[in-house]
Amino acid sequence: MENILEIIDLKKQYPGVNAVDGVSFSIQKGTCFGLLGPNGAGKTTTIEIIEGIKKATSGKILYKNKKPDKDFYSRIGIQFQNTELPQFLTVKETLNLFRNFYHHKANLDHLIQICQLEDILKRDNSKISGGQKQRLLLAMALANDPDIIFLDEPTTGLDPQARRHLWEIVQKIKSEKKTVILTTHYMDEAQILSDVVAIMDHGKIIAIDSPHKLLKEHCSMTSVILKDVTDKNIMVDFPYEFFEIDEGIEIQTEDVNACLQVLIARKVDLSSVTIRSQNLEDLFLYLTGSQLRS
Amino acid sequence: MFNRIWVLFIARNKEFYRDRSSFLWNILFPMFIIIGFSFMFSSNDNSQYKAAVFHKYDNKPIMTGVKEQYVNMKSTRFIEFIDYQNLDDAIDKLNHHRVDIVISPETGVYWINRTSPKSYMVEKLLIAAAVDSLKVNTFKKEIVDGSEVKYVEWLFPGIISMNMMFSALFGVGFVVVRYRKNGVLKRFACTPLRPHEFLIAQIISRLFVILTTTIFVYAVIALLFDIKCRGSYLSLLFVFILGVFSIISMGLIIASRTSSEEFANGIMNLITWPMMFLSEVWFSLEGSNEWIIYISKLFPLTYVVDGMRKIMNDGASLADIKMNLIVLAAMSIVFTAAGSLFFNWSKE
Repeated sequence: MENILEIIDLKKQYPGVNAVDGVSFSIQKGTCFGLLGPNGAGKTTTIEIIEGIKKATSGKILYKNKKPDKDFYSRIGIQFQNTELPQFLTVKETLNLFRNFYHHKANLDHLIQICQLEDILKRDNSKISGGQKQRLLLAMALANDPDIIFLDEPTTGLDPQARRHLWEIVQKIKSEKKTVILTTHYMDEAQILSDVVAIMDHGKIIAIDSPHKLLKEHCSMTSVILKDVTDKNIMVDFPYEFFEIDEGIEIQTEDVNACLQVLIARKVDLSSVTIRSQNLEDLFLYLTGSQLRS
Repeated sequence: MFNRIWVLFIARNKEFYRDRSSFLWNILFPMFIIIGFSFMFSSNDNSQYKAAVFHKYDNKPIMTGVKEQYVNMKSTRFIEFIDYQNLDDAIDKLNHHRVDIVISPETGVYWINRTSPKSYMVEKLLIAAAVDSLKVNTFKKEIVDGSEVKYVEWLFPGIISMNMMFSALFGVGFVVVRYRKNGVLKRFACTPLRPHEFLIAQIISRLFVILTTTIFVYAVIALLFDIKCRGSYLSLLFVFILGVFSIISMGLIIASRTSSEEFANGIMNLITWPMMFLSEVWFSLEGSNEWIIYISKLFPLTYVVDGMRKIMNDGASLADIKMNLIVLAAMSIVFTAAGSLFFNWSKE
C-alpha cells in the first residue's frame, strides 16, 4: 500500500534537551498509526512538527512523496490535547465556523451523524460534558473532510463509556479510508485502534510494528498472578521467572499448564489466581523500563 | 471552623503574592497613577479653574477697588491665570470650555460661559474677592455674543469617545489574550485562517458593536439633553470610525503576544488612565505644561475628541479637521501593521 506520510530523521532541540531525537517512520494510507510513550517522551512535539505548528531543527517530512505544501495543511484535521471551545457559541455554530475556514468542507449532516452530535446541536459549548466536548473537537477536526486526522490523547479524562463511544467513532472514520495518527498513553486504546504502533521514549522510537507482532516478539509469555500470598516460602527455587507486584506475585511463563501444576504441587491456594496474556502495557513497561510517568 | 477559615486565608494570601504579575500590579498601579498625577498637576499648582487674562479692553473709566479685587482673586489657590493677547481668542476659548472665565483686570470687565458649572464657580470666587473695606463687586459682567457651546454639548463627544476607548481596547485585546491562553487561537492556527484575517474580523466585529451601541446612546442623550450637531453626521461618523479603528489596533498590539490576562489588563489600564485624563475628555489642558501637551498628542483619543468637538460644536467639515484624520489614519496603519507582525497564535 502507498505511504501517505513519511518522516525521516526528525529532530527538535531545545536548549539542553533533545525533545525529538532522530525519529523516522512511515504511515500507510487508510491505517491508524499509534504513537505511544510516557509523558515527556516527545510524542506531542513530533506530532506538532508534522502538523506544522512547530518547526523541526532538522529532518524531512514527505506527504505523498512530496514536501508538504499549502494543500497538505488544508487536507489534515487536528484534535489537540487541551483546547477550549470558543465561548458563547452553540455546538452547531462552532462546527459551521470551522467548516467555513476551509475550501473543501465536510458534509454537515454526515459530520453530525458520525460524531453523534444530534442531541446537543443547540447547546452552548460551555454546557456540554467531557465526552460530548471530545466528540465536538473530533467533529471540528473532520470539518474539512481531511485525508489525515491527528488525535492527541483524545480520551484522556473520559469515563469508560465515553472512551468506548469515541473509539467507535474513530473506527468509523477508519472505515472511510482516512488515515488516523493517534497519540495516547492508554495501551488498550492503542491496541484496539492502531494497525501500527510506535513506542517513543526520550525522543526516540524504541519499537515499531503492528501490536500483534510486537507482542509476539517481545511479550509472548502469559502472566499468572497470585493474590494475597502470605507464605513467601512457596516461591523458593520456583522454576519460572516471577516478581512481586502490589497485589501479590506475578509469574511469567510460556507453559501455563506446567506452571499451574508446579503451583498445585506446592499446595498454593489457586482460588484467586488470574491468568492473562501479556498486553501492550507489559510491552510498554518492558521497553521503557518504567511506569507511565504521568 | 476557624481552622478552615485560617488555612484558606493563608492559601489565598500565598496565591496572591506568588502570582507575580498581579501582585506587582496591585502595588505598582496606584503608584504610577499617583506619581503621574502629581507630576502632571504640580506645575499647575493643582489648578481646578482656568482664567484667561486679557490686558487692556477699552478706555472706560476704572472703578476704585478693581485692581485690589483682581489682586485678591489672584491669591486664590487652584485658579490658573493665563495671559491672552487677543480678546476674541480668549472669548472663543471660553465658549469652548477651554477656560472658565475671561478677565480684563485693567478695565474691570469679565465674561463667563453661562452653561458652564466651572464658570459659575469662578464667577463666585471673583465676587468673593471684592475688597473687604468696600464689600462691593467692582467688576462688571459682559454678555458674550451667544455662540457659547453648552457644557453638556462640550462634554458629550468626550464621554462617548471615552466609552468607545474602553470598549475598543478591552473588548478586543482581552478576548484575543483569553483565546491564546485557553488554546482556541492555536486551534484556529491549524486551519487555513491567517493572522490578518483573524485580526480584521475582530476589528470589524468590535467596530460594529461599538457603532450600534454608540448610535443608540447618542440618539437617547441627544433627545434628552437637546444636543445639536452643528456639522454633518457623516463627518462625525467618519472621524469616530477612524478613532475606533486606531484604538482597537492599539489594543491588538498589546494582545499580539501575551497569554497573561493580568499582564494585558495591567498594560491596558496603564494606557487608558492617562489617555482618559490627557485627551481633554474631562478637562481642557489649556495653559498646561508643554510636555503634558506633548504626551497628550501621542494618544489617538485626543484627536478623536478634538475632531468630534469641532464637528459637533463648531460645525467643522472634514477638511477643517484633516490633521486629526491624517494622524488617526497613520496611527491605525502603524498599529495594525505592528500588531499583525508581532502576532503569535500560541503561548510563548
